[in-house]
Amino acid sequence: MINSVLDWVEDRTGAVSGVKHFLYEDIPASSGWHQVLGSVAMFCFLVQIVTGILLALNYAPTPPDAHASLRFILTELTSGRLIRGLHHWGASMMIVVVGMHLLQTFLWGAYKKPREATWMLGVILLLLTLGFGLTGYLLPWDNRAYWGTVVTTQITAKAPIAGPYILRLMGSEDGNIGVQTFARFYGAHVLLLPPLMMLLVGLHVFLVRKHGVAPAPVETEPKKKFFPGQVFKDTVAIFIMFSILFALATMVRVPLGKIADPTDTTYIPRPEWYFLFLFQLLKFFEGPLEIIGSMVLPGVAVGLLFATPFIDRGAAIKLRQRTFAIGIVLFAAIGWGSLTTAAMRSTPHKEPYQSFTAEEVAAVGSFRQGQCWQCHGVTPGDMKAGPNLADIAVHEERDALVAHFQKNAGNRGLKDLQFRQLATFMRKLDDESVVAIASTPINVVSGAQMYMKNNCGVCHSINSAGGKSGPPLNGVAKRRDRTWLEGHFGDPQKFSPGSMMPAYKFERADMDSMLAYMETLKD
Amino acid sequence: MAEETLEKRRGFLVGSIAAMMGTISAALGLPALGYLLVPGREKKKSDWIEAADLSKLMVNQPEQIIFNRVRRDGWKVVTEKAAAWVVKTGESQVVAFSPVCTHLGCAVSWNSGDKTFACPCHTSSFSPDGKVVAGPAPRPLDRFDVRVDGIKVLLGDVKKSAEG
Repeated sequence: MINSVLDWVEDRTGAVSGVKHFLYEDIPASSGWHQVLGSVAMFCFLVQIVTGILLALNYAPTPPDAHASLRFILTELTSGRLIRGLHHWGASMMIVVVGMHLLQTFLWGAYKKPREATWMLGVILLLLTLGFGLTGYLLPWDNRAYWGTVVTTQITAKAPIAGPYILRLMGSEDGNIGVQTFARFYGAHVLLLPPLMMLLVGLHVFLVRKHGVAPAPVETEPKKKFFPGQVFKDTVAIFIMFSILFALATMVRVPLGKIADPTDTTYIPRPEWYFLFLFQLLKFFEGPLEIIGSMVLPGVAVGLLFATPFIDRGAAIKLRQRTFAIGIVLFAAIGWGSLTTAAMRSTPHKEPYQSFTAEEVAAVGSFRQGQCWQCHGVTPGDMKAGPNLADIAVHEERDALVAHFQKNAGNRGLKDLQFRQLATFMRKLDDESVVAIASTPINVVSGAQMYMKNNCGVCHSINSAGGKSGPPLNGVAKRRDRTWLEGHFGDPQKFSPGSMMPAYKFERADMDSMLAYMETLKD
Repeated sequence: MAEETLEKRRGFLVGSIAAMMGTISAALGLPALGYLLVPGREKKKSDWIEAADLSKLMVNQPEQIIFNRVRRDGWKVVTEKAAAWVVKTGESQVVAFSPVCTHLGCAVSWNSGDKTFACPCHTSSFSPDGKVVAGPAPRPLDRFDVRVDGIKVLLGDVKKSAEG
């Protein structure tokens, strides 16, 4: 039965012998584990296609709905987090695998005649992969996405002559990013790049088949078949890659940040890790020289990569004898590694609560005092009687929430005002702020509660919330030291003559938490 | 002998390839099915909406009420116009029908001549208590949850009517 169906298919389409022809290709006896990376890269691309289509089925590709729909995917849909995690980590995974594939081909000298065109197509595929990363970065439309892309467009804007045109092409008038840029990036990400990539991957594979898998300099044994020996090795490598990807997607949560806010000047933009070295490189070139870091050096690097098969025309030799190639790889690795490390070191770390208003930090205190954690987990996978706050969005109206708090935590010494503030906080809960519930230090929380209790916010502001008659407290930790602050609380006029601030005589413990809170206000 | 071991090795390789590919497909496919087929986490429940004034309704005289309702539509919260046919059946008893024909979803309207709700699409008609009188409609008109509070008529969710 099966045979007769296969015979029919073979007779009418030739598909069976086509597949056989593909599987029973002759490959050199030396082929083995070092040549699995091309297949792994292709499989990564396949995973990106599948997860990308799934995301697109529940995604509104325009701001600000883009953010809301991704949030819907993450908080409302079954496996939404997993699929987004696979797509996010899959992108990084693909960069790593494509990079390794390039490295292997380079080290083994597999770009040599007659495989020059295969290599150059490969370089284009690497650039397309980076293009996917660049355009996809904007699509969550959170602060990270927005500000990261602002930096990218500003860099391109500085290109000589072409700058304004590239900017125009990106749908940006003067370096600003709006719906038009978003549409261009989305269009490129889902309509332009995927078919281009498929076409070029097809050509790349065609060329590999045309010239055959690159042999070792000396082949002594007769050729072998691609299937099943090499296919098995490819599959094992794919399986290992996919296992790591799946583990990353389930265990390392990719937060969706606050919706893109062009007025948020405190956000520190950083590109994705694989672009960090370029970001760091720019710091060495200032003013008119900036173009060297942003255009010239990357341009030269890509050019050299393209020209590699024409620069090195020597006969194929064993890997161990390719000392110059190994030297270049080591040099590039050290350069890339140190630039990336330097960039990561210089990235200031900001705890989520540091962008909170005092009311919000105090709400964390109410959550803890109300022992809400008895029923609600706040870290992924923490199963408790009530919904885990790390997995859901809170849709309930404020009054319904307050009623819920009064019913379940009414006897824990919290006032109605605190319940209302907690309700406001909960309705805005997102991936970033849920972390704060678990991680904000105790004395900082008590400090914020003291701040609220003493109505400091009537005159002072923290993160743009509060009164204007006193100085804003952001950056107070940089302006004043602990001794000054403590003395100032007790006798403001002694430290800043003419101040209208009344003196506050705190108990020792309260003073300590107040100072601890003030010391977190660094910028 | 050598041929036999070679055959065994080949069987092992082909089996492992299938097992690994199968595992990957399941790890991708099952979450994908859940993602596409399992309904969202949030329970959809509308608030009670004040739709009509009891004192202005006449007994057994269906009245079309247009009201605004707030609904979560996926990732959006939409305010939209909705309609109901409200029938006062007693002193403080009210039923409210969804104006959607149970056949293919056209809007039904009250025909005061023969006292039926008539569908313009395939001539289904329904009696004032929602039962099918004629036409292809498979079941009675769907009803809103109704609550009467003093003279206020409040509408809740639409409940699907039983077959028959």
